[in-house]
Amino acid sequence: MSAITHDADHDHDHKPTGLKRWFFSTNHKDIGTLYLIFALTMFFVGGSMAMIIRAELFQPGLQFVDPQFYNSMVTVHALIMIFGAVMPAGVGLANWMIPLMIGAPDMALPRMNNMSFWILPFAFALLISTLFMEGGGPAGGWTMYPPLVLQTGAAFPFLILAVHFLGVSSIMGAINIIVTVFNMRAPGMTLMKMPLFVWTWVITSFLLVASLPVLAGGVTMLLTDKYFGTSFFNAAGGGDPVLFQHIFWFFGHPEVYILALPAFGIVSQIIPAFSRKPLFGYASMVYATASIAILSFFVWAHHMFTVGLPLKGELFFMYATMMIAVPTGVKVFNWMATMWKGAMTFETPMLFSIAFVILFTIGGFSGLMLGLTPVDFQYHDTYFVVAHFHYVLLTGAVFALMAAVYYWLPKWTGYMYDERLGKIHFWLSTITANVLFFPQHFLGLAGMPRRIPDYNIQFADFNMISSIGGFAYGLTQLLFVYIVIKCALGGKKSKALTWEGAKGLEWTVPSPAPFHTFERPPKLTKAMLEH
Amino acid sequence: MKSCIQKTILLLGLFPSIALAEWGLNLRKGATPISQEIYDLHMLSLWVVTIIGIVVFGIMFWSIFNHRKSKGVKPAQFSHSTTVEIIWTIIPLAIIISLAVPATKLLIKMEDTSDTEITVKATGYQWKWKYDYLDEDLTIFSALDAKSTEVSALDSGLNPMDSENYLLDVDNPIVLPTNTKIRILTTANDVIHAWWVPDLGWKRDAIPGFINDNWAYIEEPGVYRGQCAEICGKGHGYMPIVVNAVPMDEYKVWVADQKAAQDAKNNESDMVLTMQELMTKGETVYKAQCVVCHQANGEGLKGAFPAIAGSAVAVESDNRLRHIHQIIYGKGLMPAFGEQLGDVDIASIVTYTRNAWGNNTGDIIQPKEVAEARQTPNIITAGGQKRENTAESKPSEDSLKKSIGDLAEVR
Repeated sequence: MSAITHDADHDHDHKPTGLKRWFFSTNHKDIGTLYLIFALTMFFVGGSMAMIIRAELFQPGLQFVDPQFYNSMVTVHALIMIFGAVMPAGVGLANWMIPLMIGAPDMALPRMNNMSFWILPFAFALLISTLFMEGGGPAGGWTMYPPLVLQTGAAFPFLILAVHFLGVSSIMGAINIIVTVFNMRAPGMTLMKMPLFVWTWVITSFLLVASLPVLAGGVTMLLTDKYFGTSFFNAAGGGDPVLFQHIFWFFGHPEVYILALPAFGIVSQIIPAFSRKPLFGYASMVYATASIAILSFFVWAHHMFTVGLPLKGELFFMYATMMIAVPTGVKVFNWMATMWKGAMTFETPMLFSIAFVILFTIGGFSGLMLGLTPVDFQYHDTYFVVAHFHYVLLTGAVFALMAAVYYWLPKWTGYMYDERLGKIHFWLSTITANVLFFPQHFLGLAGMPRRIPDYNIQFADFNMISSIGGFAYGLTQLLFVYIVIKCALGGKKSKALTWEGAKGLEWTVPSPAPFHTFERPPKLTKAMLEH
Repeated sequence: MKSCIQKTILLLGLFPSIALAEWGLNLRKGATPISQEIYDLHMLSLWVVTIIGIVVFGIMFWSIFNHRKSKGVKPAQFSHSTTVEIIWTIIPLAIIISLAVPATKLLIKMEDTSDTEITVKATGYQWKWKYDYLDEDLTIFSALDAKSTEVSALDSGLNPMDSENYLLDVDNPIVLPTNTKIRILTTANDVIHAWWVPDLGWKRDAIPGFINDNWAYIEEPGVYRGQCAEICGKGHGYMPIVVNAVPMDEYKVWVADQKAAQDAKNNESDMVLTMQELMTKGETVYKAQCVVCHQANGEGLKGAFPAIAGSAVAVESDNRLRHIHQIIYGKGLMPAFGEQLGDVDIASIVTYTRNAWGNNTGDIIQPKEVAEARQTPNIITAGGQKRENTAESKPSEDSLKKSIGDLAEVR
């Protein structure tokens, strides 16, 4: 025992090097970095697929790709962005920040942590390799509805296996977060003292543990329908194709909040810091997050209003869906009240957070409209829906992740990023993302269905505008990579407390955060527990 | 100033259809009383969220401009207020209730399919629609028109801007009577599709093995266009819907004409055609039905759609029956065309594909041979071919009729 203490005391930053450090890592910071780098890579892979989509839609007529390949781009873009970019980025942040925020030395299950990360590159290698297989990649949409998905060629079993891998990885990550938060908090860090980012991740983890096994069951049923003669989703054998949709969206709707709740947490850290004012309504924020999570299990069929649900079912899911507006509204009002009478400054993380609040709310507005069943019969499966979920996922979740990176980058690297470039990145991103997605509302209302490679000439103008926005948004993100690399390589040193108004334990450790932190539980003062 | 105008003109030039028509910005009011009510509910909810947005973002921006450190303000330290929190929970609740009430009323009205006067069943196929006029014993197949098919080919070199109804036109539009409560059933033959004509106010999934019902009461005569709205494979963007709404008497004339044409098609098996006639007709039918997958050059797409040029089925003389059966009954992902194409059509395609692209078999298939092939058991599945799951999901006509009956009883 004494030997270990001795080692730790003398060689505080002892760490393995090279391959050993990254492949066998059990350190939450290194694994967090791996997750974040992986997510950024996948953001560009999925993004380049979006560029192919926008290039094909730039003009009416088919110019670049075959419709089958177009469909596989739509499908794989979604799978990569959801499971490869946004989720791993969230888990990466959780890995880096949760132990630092609750005063724990590491994640509770460090070896599982390593495994949950290293499954991902293999899962995505499988998924992306399907694009080169006979019959092409999966092309039935990321929702994998049968019977269409059963027409997938050689890619089919690889798709299912990849989804299983992603699920296993996410469940392990979620279990790790739950165990860490419930067992490794520093003395004095009671549940209702935890930073909101930690709270949102705990709730997200429960959503993951509850919903992903359902997806795993559903895709396994697809597999047995295709290869082992079962008829779960085949009407001729007594099954029901719509059953899959119920299973999928029972997972799929909580999944939406799996992507969104960590974003809420991030913004709830950043807005108080740059308003120099405590978070308004901490307790109601926690309760609102929990209510959204619970409600998310009762609204799944609003994705399927057009399958022919009974009237009572349509009414139930319409009311339940509209209820979500209440806790979400509470959150938005709380952020506003946090800013109210603060002393705000507008560094890049704050800019991204404010843009998040506004643009996510716009996505929420279209969400409320989509929740009204009679009008959903018109909106469903049009570009109005595409605009809606890109507002909540890109200008929502992704903007919050960008905010988080700018906020904590000095803590990770020890250097300040280039504030001027950060602001340029913000303004370009915000303008181009709106040029990209706002016209899609009009396209959907005018009657353009989603997932089509070609369209009538009445949709030509807005598609061209949207594509121009898309290319510009894609290019702008290269600037983000430059800013991050530049910051990692050097620059102005950051203090332990990077931002004047920031609160929380992570700012009590030096910048960059040493390889090992909180090997002994910190003694918490009242000031350290402020939000 | 002048350069400003020049720039504007340049920009306008970038968006070619700007001068052609108004930009579609909003939902369409449509052609039925229901679609009008849907439009009204849409506008109500749009105004509600717009006003909430203006108020909320207005307050936020006011705060952003005034409560900033650069103005020397000292931050307040309040962090909660139960009163305010209760108020901003109750107000949104009240707003959503005020939206839910009209939505509920409208939904109940929409789901009332009682007292319909005629019934049309729309069946989705990859990638066309079949319409059964159940009161008339009339069946119509409706697929993308030839012009759009030609223009939409990859690198066709043809400009879609030249055709106003590009991808929204079909070979056989359906006709529906105005001022009549029409029941529209939707189902599918292979994968899930969705039948959507925006001017009727709704879309409904077409699900293999199940039947959904909905209704429309069209007031204005006119041509209403729509598209499949559920991804259904490669041709998802290429299966439009065209509804021609006409007064009841014109509708009756149309039905009579269609039925006469249908009867003529059923009696064509005795016709004898020349090679030249079969080849010409074959090429036309091939271009309408087959090119999407097998391509104009008969080479198919490697890995997805097999080539016909040089394939054993299309060149070996033992395989004539197999060739005909494959078209009648389908195979694997290839849909069955037997119901949709007449004997002359199938005879022409078989003759054409056995003689085009270097498949110079010299075979001539007459309609009679096709008619006979319809009487022999399917040799594609009998030959030990693995049956695809999706091919089995096609519900039988009987079970469909039964389901329609059940549906009526439930309602």
